[in-house]
Amino acid sequence: MDFPENLRYTKTHEWIAVQGTKAKVGVTEYAQKEISDVVFVELPKKDQIVQQAKTAAVVESVKAAFDIYAPASGKVVAANAALEGNPALINQSPYGDGWIFELELSNAGELNNLLNAKQYLEAVQQAPQH
Amino acid sequence: MPYLSLTDEDKKTLLQKIGVNSVEDLLKDIPVSLRNPKVSLPAGLSEPEVQALLTKLGQKNTTTKDFLSFLGAGSYEHFIPAAELEIVGRQEFLTAYTPYQPEASQGTLQAIYEYQSLMTELTGLDVSNASHYDGATALAESALVALKHTNRSKILVARSVHPHYRETIRTYLTGTPYMVEEFGFEVSGKLDKTDLLAKLNMDIAGVIFQSPNFFGIIEDLEGLSETIHANGSLMILTANPLSLGIFRTPGEWGADIAAGEGQPLGLSMEFGGPFLGYFVVSQALMRRIPGRLAGLTEDADGKRAFCLTLQAREQHIRRERAGSNICSNQALCALAACAYMTLLGKKGIREIAEINFDRAQYLRSKIAKLKNFEVDVNLPIFNEFRVFSKKPFADVEKKMKEQQIFAGVSLETFYPELKNQFLVCATETKSKEGLDRFVEVLARC
Amino acid sequence: MLISQDDRLSFEKSVPGRRGVILPKERFCENDPFKNIPPHLKRQTTIGFPELGEPEVIRHFINLSRKNFSVDTHFYPLGSCTMKYNPKVNEWAARQEKFTALHPLQTEETAQGIFEILYELEEGLKEITGMDRFTLQPAAGAHGELTGMMLVRAYHASRSETKRTKVLVPDSSHGTNPASAALFGYHVVEVKSDSRGRVDLEDLKRHLDEHVACLMLTNPNTLGLFEKNILEITKLVHQYGGLLYYDGANLNPLLGIARPGDMGFDIIHVNLHKTFSTPHGGGGPGSGPVGVKSHLAAFLPGPLVEKTKNGFVWAKKNPQSVGRVKLFHGNVGVIIRAYTYLKTIGKEGLRQVSDAAILNANYMKEKLKETFQVAIDEPCMHEFVLSIKTFDAQGIHAGDIGKRLLDYGFHAPTVHFPLVVPEALMIEPTETEAKETLDRFIEAMEQIAKEIHEDPEKIKHAPHTLPVRRPNDVLAARKPILSYRDQLREKYLLAEAAA
Repeated sequence: MDFPENLRYTKTHEWIAVQGTKAKVGVTEYAQKEISDVVFVELPKKDQIVQQAKTAAVVESVKAAFDIYAPASGKVVAANAALEGNPALINQSPYGDGWIFELELSNAGELNNLLNAKQYLEAVQQAPQH
Repeated sequence: MPYLSLTDEDKKTLLQKIGVNSVEDLLKDIPVSLRNPKVSLPAGLSEPEVQALLTKLGQKNTTTKDFLSFLGAGSYEHFIPAAELEIVGRQEFLTAYTPYQPEASQGTLQAIYEYQSLMTELTGLDVSNASHYDGATALAESALVALKHTNRSKILVARSVHPHYRETIRTYLTGTPYMVEEFGFEVSGKLDKTDLLAKLNMDIAGVIFQSPNFFGIIEDLEGLSETIHANGSLMILTANPLSLGIFRTPGEWGADIAAGEGQPLGLSMEFGGPFLGYFVVSQALMRRIPGRLAGLTEDADGKRAFCLTLQAREQHIRRERAGSNICSNQALCALAACAYMTLLGKKGIREIAEINFDRAQYLRSKIAKLKNFEVDVNLPIFNEFRVFSKKPFADVEKKMKEQQIFAGVSLETFYPELKNQFLVCATETKSKEGLDRFVEVLARC
Repeated sequence: MLISQDDRLSFEKSVPGRRGVILPKERFCENDPFKNIPPHLKRQTTIGFPELGEPEVIRHFINLSRKNFSVDTHFYPLGSCTMKYNPKVNEWAARQEKFTALHPLQTEETAQGIFEILYELEEGLKEITGMDRFTLQPAAGAHGELTGMMLVRAYHASRSETKRTKVLVPDSSHGTNPASAALFGYHVVEVKSDSRGRVDLEDLKRHLDEHVACLMLTNPNTLGLFEKNILEITKLVHQYGGLLYYDGANLNPLLGIARPGDMGFDIIHVNLHKTFSTPHGGGGPGSGPVGVKSHLAAFLPGPLVEKTKNGFVWAKKNPQSVGRVKLFHGNVGVIIRAYTYLKTIGKEGLRQVSDAAILNANYMKEKLKETFQVAIDEPCMHEFVLSIKTFDAQGIHAGDIGKRLLDYGFHAPTVHFPLVVPEALMIEPTETEAKETLDRFIEAMEQIAKEIHEDPEKIKHAPHTLPVRRPNDVLAARKPILSYRDQLREKYLLAEAAA
């Protein structure tokens, strides 16, 4: 499984790509496989304030709905509207076109709580296999 | 007792295979102190005895067929087509399980899908669920949908909504962070717009109306959806579905949710249940609608197929994160309504509404001529209307009963201020002679 | 062809001018008063209902009914759902005009027969469960749970215990349990199961404190096992001031054997559509009466029936009542069926039902154990759970076996539940199935096990003999088409895109 080096990760399987004070958020390759076919994404609203480790979006498959937790606190500056018409983008390109929302970070220090690719890989390997 | 097929010989074989001497040996986990409690129940009866018993109990009831009945107030006596009863009586529908296995349930699923289709046509809204328990609970859940959707704290309910519906909404919201507030009605029984507008503020998640309201009055909701939406709230309308054959629909009024009682669509009264909660929402609320939904799709071979869909947020999947806890619904009642609406068809659904409108209108015009009773002949009504009695209603009710007539429902029970007023209902089940007889006996009260 | 291949909707069979019902022509009012109704109060749009004659409607629905499995045609070994036979005398009773034509707001003295049924059913439920008072209002099990949570809240509030914010549920519980508790803002905490599938007492103790409002428990649990520490569990929760809620979904094997009331439960719901033989109707209506011990009786939703010298009456509303949870008096038609059932089986029938349910389940478990893995291999009550994980290598899931069973003429067992067992297949035969039926089911299962080794693809793509095969639920959820109107819209959009 592919976990790009340039991203930070959460134990709950979100990734965050920081660029200056902004950051894009999505779910990992591991998460998209676990979720299976994504049928719907409930996106956060623009200007919504989200907090680290709190629910910011919901991703649904046929059999389940998964909360997506914000990897860091901040204000939502964009949500990926393409997912509304084509939720499968999350399965096809979890790190690319399947991004979920973009944040204006309010506390860059929080990023230190996150995992790097190597640490995340270890976390995934410890997770129960299905 | 019947319904068991294990013979003594079978039991022996089973016990042998299990490797124990008696059922008692399989109960070791149950603490001895709990086992074999004293249960005081009569002995079982044979089927002829059971039938005789039920017949005897039935005879202790005086039904709306024994007496001439003018009772309404949320439960209506209507004609039920014989063909509908045959359809609902099909044991393949009656004894089927919830259609979680679509391959084994295409019959139920397609019928639900058609029910949903008919309800969207009737209400003028976009998405119907497969049914709810009844009008009261459907409305209570619609309040929850509004509260969650808007993230606000209060529901505003018209006091002219059925008292049982209002009580159920309150019961559902007590002990939650949410609140219910009511707005009143005018002397005529029409909703009080001034009171509504005074109470509409930024805390209000949704406003609930009934039309025809509890007094049978068709409400004029002109301009209200704009006002309510401008306030960021949802508009919820509960309507007698039969009235929608001729009166303006929730969709046409701009409502976001139509939720209410489907009993008039071919269900018997059965002392108040099982009834049918209907729940139809606008496209924007599609993913908020609680309960089951049947969807159209294709199967692995590309054939048309139906399955339950949008279930990811339901209790069996989302557990404590679910929006509602509903599981069993009233599927068979939805099937009954589906068969009823299909039999009536495009013309019939309009005609049945016209006939009901006509009967109540006729009765009201006759009562208007009586000395001891008053009605407001200028109000637009459907099925039922308010009668003001100059005599104590209890006496009127008693005298009418002596003449084998159920006169109507006392309003004072529900609204203490409405003394000696009662609700009279006339559906298509009443002949002209029956209506005339009612007026004649009432005149003598 | 026995089963109709015609999959058109009634809407698609519509022919303008056809009618299923002819209604009276006569209008009683002289000058059509509808003319005087302000136009803006009238319906503006046409009603897109189909137009079919009665023969077409009947054929349409009867053919649909034949595309269903049902208890009357198939065996449903559906765990925790108790799909027992639905006696026909119950149906006969519920259809009597003396019941169907009763208005719910009739005065008491005109409905003494139905009052007697409501009263007697409550008495019977009290005896069977060991509780003190019942409300018959809730329409289903989940509705009963909701009512139960209202009672929990009202009880603690009456004692000014506002800090009780936590509801405990075992990880093997039904999904409705946590959903019901969460609706009232309770914080739901899962209690782990131990290695034998019961509530882990140590884990329970860790969660017990002054914040506990209630523990919700199914007993026997969803693994079909009796909670052997039940007396200790109820004692512990009570010590901490919490209440105990009994989910009656699995009451069937306890009839006449043990009573939740004696175990220490304060609140219980009973599913009349499971234990008391009323039909499932393709998803409802059910009925979920809620019973309580006397210390909670004041909070029950009204109206309740009371027996007086002068006959039956509605009891005066208790000021502490949580209020009604439903329109009128509950699903009375279902209640009549359950009453009829109780009268038929009588006292001696209780134990015959539970004994046969337990025997049937244990027999199936012993037989199936030879081919499949039992999640917890102990004597069970009315149901047991297989784990299909042993077929991982072949890529077979529990759901696949369920689908293949349909080809053999059996409804699938409950699959992927309880969540504590990987690849769970939950089997409940009920007491009304004959030994030959159980044997035929067991043979089918053994045959399927063979097929898994010989031709796993056949299982993965099952069923092969039904009107449809594996409807695409991903497509259904991504592009929901939920009504004929949606279909027309979709068609229009496609045509537009093509043009």
